[in-house]
Amino acid sequence: MMMPTLKKAGLLALLLAVALPAQAHKRWLLPSNTVLSQPQWITVDASVSNDIFFPERPFPLKGLTATGPDGKPAEVDNTLEGHRRSVFDVNLTQAGTYRLAIAGQFFFASYQLGGERKRARGRSVKEIRAAIPKGATQVKLSETVSRMETFVTVGAPNRTALKPTGQGLELDPITHPNDLYTGEQARWRLLVDGKPAAGVQVEVVPAGTRYRDQQNDWQLTSDANGVVTIDWHAAGRYFVEASTADDNASAFGATERRLQYLTTVEVLPL
Amino acid sequence: MRLITLIVLLLLAPLALADRFQLVLEVPRMHVAEYHAPYLAFWVESPDHSTIVPLGLWYDGRDKWLKDLRQWWRRTGRSQQAPYDGLTGATRAPGLHELDFSDVKALQALPTGHYALVVEAAREVGGREVVRIPFDWPPQSIQKHSANGSQELGAMQLTLTPDQP
Repeated sequence: MMMPTLKKAGLLALLLAVALPAQAHKRWLLPSNTVLSQPQWITVDASVSNDIFFPERPFPLKGLTATGPDGKPAEVDNTLEGHRRSVFDVNLTQAGTYRLAIAGQFFFASYQLGGERKRARGRSVKEIRAAIPKGATQVKLSETVSRMETFVTVGAPNRTALKPTGQGLELDPITHPNDLYTGEQARWRLLVDGKPAAGVQVEVVPAGTRYRDQQNDWQLTSDANGVVTIDWHAAGRYFVEASTADDNASAFGATERRLQYLTTVEVLPL
Repeated sequence: MRLITLIVLLLLAPLALADRFQLVLEVPRMHVAEYHAPYLAFWVESPDHSTIVPLGLWYDGRDKWLKDLRQWWRRTGRSQQAPYDGLTGATRAPGLHELDFSDVKALQALPTGHYALVVEAAREVGGREVVRIPFDWPPQSIQKHSANGSQELGAMQLTLTPDQP
């Protein structure tokens, strides 16, 4: 009697794992500093883990961009992909806000081959097409557009580097991401392809999950104007993930477009 | 005779034109293995923070650590550059210190209203503390307001004296 139930449960788990690849781990950037009173180098970790913010697997730095307060690229040095985390340093030479981002497109395929359901992933349509073997049937393609970013400010915050690109899921920070303090709320507008996006799910996780029994995370949904209001519970660093999906896939043959936005922010005590 | 009167009047003029804003403040003596004199910042703010008047800053000239005066940095420091507004100077040793902010022009220009003097201290390898002393400006009579810090700041007394007592 037990066996069929267990098998069913196993099958269900497998199906869920296939259906929700994005839920597996949290991807994050962690800057050494977010508020500075003098130009200097900072260092940033990039990792994938369940524990916020303890590195488990390195996050590839391909696609990393560092944008300075003048909108021009900032100097990045010492990029390293280690066993548990990736690292890079950024030279902050001028006053204002820097944006450090890893943005990209990913394609996922699932197909039937030799009586089995298989999966493949790639960074371009060409790559994913090449990854699907001949003879595969029932091919399903989906696209994921992902942006992971964080912000660091020397002196007074400015907004030149924060300008949305108009592609994918992005943040239009009404409250500056380097101006977050306990007892105050942050109002952030979420954009999809540059337009305010209602109904976007946002998850907020305070740092230090290793030292508590519960995640202590909370969920928000963007309102009709695409705005979420975040009430920071305490000073510290927060992992924030927003996600939504639509059918505006850019690639021919892809049916669904998943959109992800991830950021790490620091909330200071007043 | 006239000349002497004129000279006396001229000497008195700076005093007579301004309401006095004076603070006596104690930097507490710490019994710690590693002591560094604290950074201190002084400013006046309106209850909604829409008005901020920087009064002064004590630090060792290294901008790198000014962010540790977190409130001062947010309210005014981050939008300035050295030399910082107000009476800016070196850090001070433990003990009583007398400060006179009467000559800060922005203070004299403040509209009538309710404000607070904010004193923030941040000490390397030590703590941080913020003390607020509410007051009404300009003073109609001599006003004395006292406050006490608990860690990084000691006793404080703010004395406001109208220009024509």
